[in-house]
Amino acid sequence: MSGRPPPEAPARKKMIGERVPLIDGIEKVTGRANYTADFLTAGALVGRIYRSPHSHARIIRIDVEAARKLPGVVAVITGADCDKTFGILPIAQNEFPLARERVRYRGEPVAAVAARDEASAEAALRLIRMEVEGLPAYYEPAKARVLGAVDLHGDRPGNLERDVHNEFGDLAAGFAAADLVREDSFDCAEVTHVHMEPHAALAEYDAERDRITLHSVSQVPYYVHLMVAQCLGMDTARVRVIKPFIGGGFGARTETLNFEIIACLMARAAGGRVRFKLSREETFLTHRGRPRTQIKLKLGMARDGRLTACACEVVQAGGAYGGYGIVTILYAGALLNGLYDIPAVRYDGYRVYTNTPPCGAMRGHGTVDVRHAFECLLDVMAAELGVDAMALRRRNLLSAPTKTINDLMITSYGLPQCLDWAEQASGWRARKAGLPPGKGLGMACSHYVSGAAKPVHWTGEPHAVVNLKLDFDGGITILTGAADIGQGSSTILAQAVGEVLGIDLTRLSVVANDSRITPKDNGSYSSRVTFMVGNAAIQAAERLKDLLVAAAAKKLDAKPGDIECLGEMYRVAGGQDPGVSLNEVIKEALIDSGTITVKGTFTVPREFQGGKFRGAAVGSSMAYSYAACVAEVSVDADTGTVRVDKVWVAHDCGFALNPLSVEGQVQGAVWMGLGQALSEETCYHAGLPVGANMLDYRVPSIVESPDIEVKIVESMDPNGPFGAKEASEGALSSVIPAIANAVHAAVGARLTRTPMTPDRVLDALVKARRAAASGGLKRSA
Amino acid sequence: MAKEILQLTVNGQPREDAVAGNLLLIDYLREVVGLTGTKMGCDGGECGACTVLVDGRPRLSCLTLAASSAGRQVETIEGCARGGRMSHLQQAFHEKLGSQCGYCTPGMIMAAEGLVRRTPAPTQAQIRQALGGNICRCTGYVKIIESVEAAAAESAA
Repeated sequence: MSGRPPPEAPARKKMIGERVPLIDGIEKVTGRANYTADFLTAGALVGRIYRSPHSHARIIRIDVEAARKLPGVVAVITGADCDKTFGILPIAQNEFPLARERVRYRGEPVAAVAARDEASAEAALRLIRMEVEGLPAYYEPAKARVLGAVDLHGDRPGNLERDVHNEFGDLAAGFAAADLVREDSFDCAEVTHVHMEPHAALAEYDAERDRITLHSVSQVPYYVHLMVAQCLGMDTARVRVIKPFIGGGFGARTETLNFEIIACLMARAAGGRVRFKLSREETFLTHRGRPRTQIKLKLGMARDGRLTACACEVVQAGGAYGGYGIVTILYAGALLNGLYDIPAVRYDGYRVYTNTPPCGAMRGHGTVDVRHAFECLLDVMAAELGVDAMALRRRNLLSAPTKTINDLMITSYGLPQCLDWAEQASGWRARKAGLPPGKGLGMACSHYVSGAAKPVHWTGEPHAVVNLKLDFDGGITILTGAADIGQGSSTILAQAVGEVLGIDLTRLSVVANDSRITPKDNGSYSSRVTFMVGNAAIQAAERLKDLLVAAAAKKLDAKPGDIECLGEMYRVAGGQDPGVSLNEVIKEALIDSGTITVKGTFTVPREFQGGKFRGAAVGSSMAYSYAACVAEVSVDADTGTVRVDKVWVAHDCGFALNPLSVEGQVQGAVWMGLGQALSEETCYHAGLPVGANMLDYRVPSIVESPDIEVKIVESMDPNGPFGAKEASEGALSSVIPAIANAVHAAVGARLTRTPMTPDRVLDALVKARRAAASGGLKRSA
Repeated sequence: MAKEILQLTVNGQPREDAVAGNLLLIDYLREVVGLTGTKMGCDGGECGACTVLVDGRPRLSCLTLAASSAGRQVETIEGCARGGRMSHLQQAFHEKLGSQCGYCTPGMIMAAEGLVRRTPAPTQAQIRQALGGNICRCTGYVKIIESVEAAAAESAA
């Protein structure tokens, strides 16, 4: 009699590569998700900020006595209450939470009040008097850098925060070898994040214990924690920072922001709870957006379209304080490399202080405007050489694995597949030449890091830590400091842990972002979370699985190496025994041990952390995402209006842990680029923000937003979690030049300024017609 | 400011509250009733995040005085579920990723709810028109349109 066949194995749950809805999505669609302003803490005082009406001035006196005496007012603070600076880069902290001695932009916080109700707080603001001696103010980099200009900061002569000069390869030889050299200038407007949730903070000071608790909207809560402790002169152990649900970030909230520290200073001064809800206008003022960027770009190319050399000069109007500025100007140069094979690159970057609100990190940090210039100039040169734009890119591909001339390590490279799909899906070859007048197809490529390889704040700790807790109830809690800002990081971590253990979400829950409970995380910036925290989560889950396998082995009287984990079931591999349930395995594992906690960590190895030159760490990453984009536009030559009819975008994210999420991230990124391309621009009049609202700052509405078709390309990165890499920023910068190139294809006008508003499109059309007319005259002459 | 008694229905529950004449509907809902699902995203009438239904029609609660809702039926995101289960729109926004950070979601769902009550099988153009005043900064709207279409299809089934 033959033996019975082994019992049917219960299916191991497949958790990655699945379209899993957000683990916290139900809270969001039911209104149960609590954002910072939703904590209606009883007795919380109303906090308000008094802001500078001056662009640049020496402070003589701030008179808050009348405000202090107003009934209902509990506390008023000024720069006199805090003499410590803060800033995201430990080497460039030059900002006070409340201005001292000088104000450097209109809207800079000068004083703050806490009152029992809004009316009293508003009335108190109106009683504050500020006496100043005016200083010359500079709103444009060229004016700030003029000889004899007053320095915004004493230690930065000429208002130059940082200049970067790097040359890799033999530039002179590269240009000498070129058959075609072209140079052009580009001017990209300052843009801002417009996360839907206005800034808010709730700070609570426990006077008896001298402890402070802050609920805030940060993407990087641990750094807020450090800055609060630094500015309040408190031991970090007395500070607790909680990030509740957060309504978007896009980079705005990677830096600690002045109102977060002001809220804590105020809670201590008032001896209780203070709630700050910034208006949309104040949120614009506190924006840390993408700086206005002026680019001079020169490219050399062989007759067949091969790039031979690149020289790029970038000037960024950084605003009044350091913030992320040094990193932004370094990023702009570093990622000239890593997309194509370029034998020689020179980069000159200038980050300039101006009397405008400080800029910072915004989706595609530092790289977006430069990529725009690069892809537009490629289009010009392709046309001159008579090489198709897709074919031109194919002539300049990298071959992974490789190391770029500025020491970026490229380990996976799905750009060829991205190009193939974008070309086919858009009908590029068949349709490009045949579209009616006023319609055009344009394309461009882009890339981005999967996490900055070196953290801005270097401590020697691992780059990511995840804790797992398994207890008597059989539930597994994932403890993480990674900030879910809507991008779905908590969901991805749950999927990663579930995949390793073979279980679905029913046993899993995520606790994130309470410094008292969750491990420190470097935060949600540079698209690092999936890659780094994902890898840490896998390691933690594997360690937990080892414990469960050992317990199952004990229970089944077998060797751990013979145990097969089927998720909800453990058994001896290939045996007749049906095995034991996970619940039984957990009970066994808890004997003598009790509650199990395991930890997983991840650190980017040294060889990926950039070369040896100054600033080399910025731009270095363990993996890069790639994207190719085609935009189809209609241009109304009479009104200058550009309508984007359709966008096709292929994004190489290594492996899609959650294709639903990847699509959503790519669509959102491309759409955000579309806004920058067509309508988004912050405007100032003598340093006064005009249009600091969502009507004048034109974020595209659903009415004019096109269908965005996404193709996920999977190049399986050797180091990514299950092969995954970045999926949220890389595609953004391709859509802006794709639209610009499509506008040229449609009406023959080249725009070098963004956004491509109707007036600029009309100007470019007039120029194009004149050029054509004078060219015609020359020919006929 | 002097307070007056406001009588209205919020999510099917009759209420009676003393409110100041200048109290906005959003502040009434959030601070008096305690329904914080309705969000403030701008300084007034710019973004649609505060959309609620008043007598079945979408209204910006940040531009509406609470007192003007006297005797009316006000519905918020918290009133969409039935027996603890999500509405078709909520379900679809969750499953199709019509919501990322979630901040615009309550207003977006209420605007869509107002649409599908009048137009149970909306065209894409009708969806775009109905949600034209609701800004989302995460999704690029593609999956929001898919969510509304899926919910309408589910309701028709």
